[in-house]
Amino acid sequence: MSAMNDSLVIARRNLIRMSRIPEMVIFGLIQPIMFVVLFTYVFGGSMSIGGSTDPDVYKNFLMAGIFAQTVTFATAGAGAGIADDMHKGLIDRFRSLPMARGAVLTGRTMADLVQTALTLLVLAVVALLVGWRPGYAEPTNFGKVMAGFGLLLLLGYAFTWIGALIGLSVRTPEAATSGGLIWLFPVTFISNAFVDSSQMVSWLQPIAEWNPFSATVQACRTLFGDPGVSPSDAWPMAHPIWASIIYSIVIIAIFRTLAVRKYRQAAG
Amino acid sequence: MPAAIKAEGLVKTFGDVKALDGVDLDVPEGTVLGLLGPNGAGKTTAVRCLTTLLRPDRGTATVAGIDVLKHPDAVRRSVGLSGQFAAVDEYLTGRENLQMVGQLYQMRAKAAKARAGELLEQFHLADAADRPARTYSGGMRRRLDLAAALVVSPPVMFMDEPTTGLDPRNRQQLWDVIKQLVSGGTTLLLTTQYLEEADHLAHDIAVVDHGRVIARGTSDELKARTGGERVEVVVHEREHITTAVDVLNGFGKGETAVEQHTRRLTVPVTGGAKLLAEVIRELDTRGIEIDDIGLRRPTLDDVFLSLTGHTAETKDEAGTDGETADAKGRGRRKEGAK
Repeated sequence: MSAMNDSLVIARRNLIRMSRIPEMVIFGLIQPIMFVVLFTYVFGGSMSIGGSTDPDVYKNFLMAGIFAQTVTFATAGAGAGIADDMHKGLIDRFRSLPMARGAVLTGRTMADLVQTALTLLVLAVVALLVGWRPGYAEPTNFGKVMAGFGLLLLLGYAFTWIGALIGLSVRTPEAATSGGLIWLFPVTFISNAFVDSSQMVSWLQPIAEWNPFSATVQACRTLFGDPGVSPSDAWPMAHPIWASIIYSIVIIAIFRTLAVRKYRQAAG
Repeated sequence: MPAAIKAEGLVKTFGDVKALDGVDLDVPEGTVLGLLGPNGAGKTTAVRCLTTLLRPDRGTATVAGIDVLKHPDAVRRSVGLSGQFAAVDEYLTGRENLQMVGQLYQMRAKAAKARAGELLEQFHLADAADRPARTYSGGMRRRLDLAAALVVSPPVMFMDEPTTGLDPRNRQQLWDVIKQLVSGGTTLLLTTQYLEEADHLAHDIAVVDHGRVIARGTSDELKARTGGERVEVVVHEREHITTAVDVLNGFGKGETAVEQHTRRLTVPVTGGAKLLAEVIRELDTRGIEIDDIGLRRPTLDDVFLSLTGHTAETKDEAGTDGETADAKGRGRRKEGAK
């Protein structure tokens, strides 16, 4: 009970912070919007999805990838925030208080989840504005679309625990920001997010198909009724919804354990 | 009197650096112990061990009668920590900061809010209570940090260099707050590199160097160890230094220390003001013009120097340059006093 309470106190603190640094939230929004616009109009006409080079098909294919990439980018924010707390001595203050051990990190990841949800909401509106139409390829319904967003938030939440661990492991907030982003590029690009993974060179293809990130993208495409669902036999591609849930839970279990342990030992 | 803080044989090693090398401490209830030492002496590590932030490699400690290693959570409920860096959230207002800390001490939201209001009044932060802490001055942040450590009025307080980096006015203000606190019966362990601060606030002083307590006593006891007073003379002309040293050696109980570039000579003496008058007459007879002369009682800086061979503000030069250590120490003290 006290653990939940402490986490909520910390989450509230981080949300107040975010509301007082609105530029961070705004930059967090501009980047995915730019990706939507750039990918849609620059790559749109030259990408072949399921044999079609229709820009409209690519546009509808792309959105799940952009959504998924956006939620994973919240990692960098979590990492930088925690590194900043370490740097400024706040983690010492928290560690000297009789509060639940994991609450500082849980609270932070909860606040990031709220921010991610807001970002995703704005991004979905932008996606609809540029012409994303759920049900473009296969029929869908409101519940399925919401389930897709639920999987995205779960993935985002899982990735913030990786960010938390990075934030606790580096010396400065700057290092946490760049360290929190760098690895996301290969993870999000060696996937089915922006291109049809079946067109990748053969050694890269299994990596993309077993990439936890791809599972969520594939699950979203399935739930949204988007085009370009990969017909691969790889288990995560064949059962993307289950794969997405399992991957996210495993990531949380591993990285939460590591991060909380690191937090306890944090020398500051 | 029972000990509010007791440590025996604390050892903590980081890599091949022995930060604590067998530290014993005891602080009777309701008293203030000043932990005095240069940067890197182990003061902060000792505080971190006693406040459960670090686990010592060896040794035992109790705080408020509770075993630090066995029941860290119970210790956390009984201590307040005010760190070297003012650990407040700069984007939260003063009020929000204190309320958050209160809630994390497991107070209910309402009680935490009421307590925050009280503390803001007490620490003269009421006017700034609803401004983000990043708009606060350095002194205000320290006060807020201190207030955060006092949310539950813990019986035992730790302050790690509470006034480092503050200007004299703010330092004085914080000292007043600390004195008030202690007069209410709180036990305090305070670390400082300012000798003046330990002298001012602490009942007892433990001098720390290289992870060990090298001396312990009241300020007066430590001063007495260094041996009485000194006469300090600044001669006007550099050429007169040699003659002046002759004069001073005639009166002094020991060697005269010379600081060439400031033309300052210091010699230990006994005899007080009467002797000082004699020294002035003799210097005058010999035709030595002086810029300044005075009787100086030993400061804790002298204590530190006599105990460690180096001054509190410097560490690296210790022992490498014995002859001028005293002179360097004096120059250094001026910097430290700014």
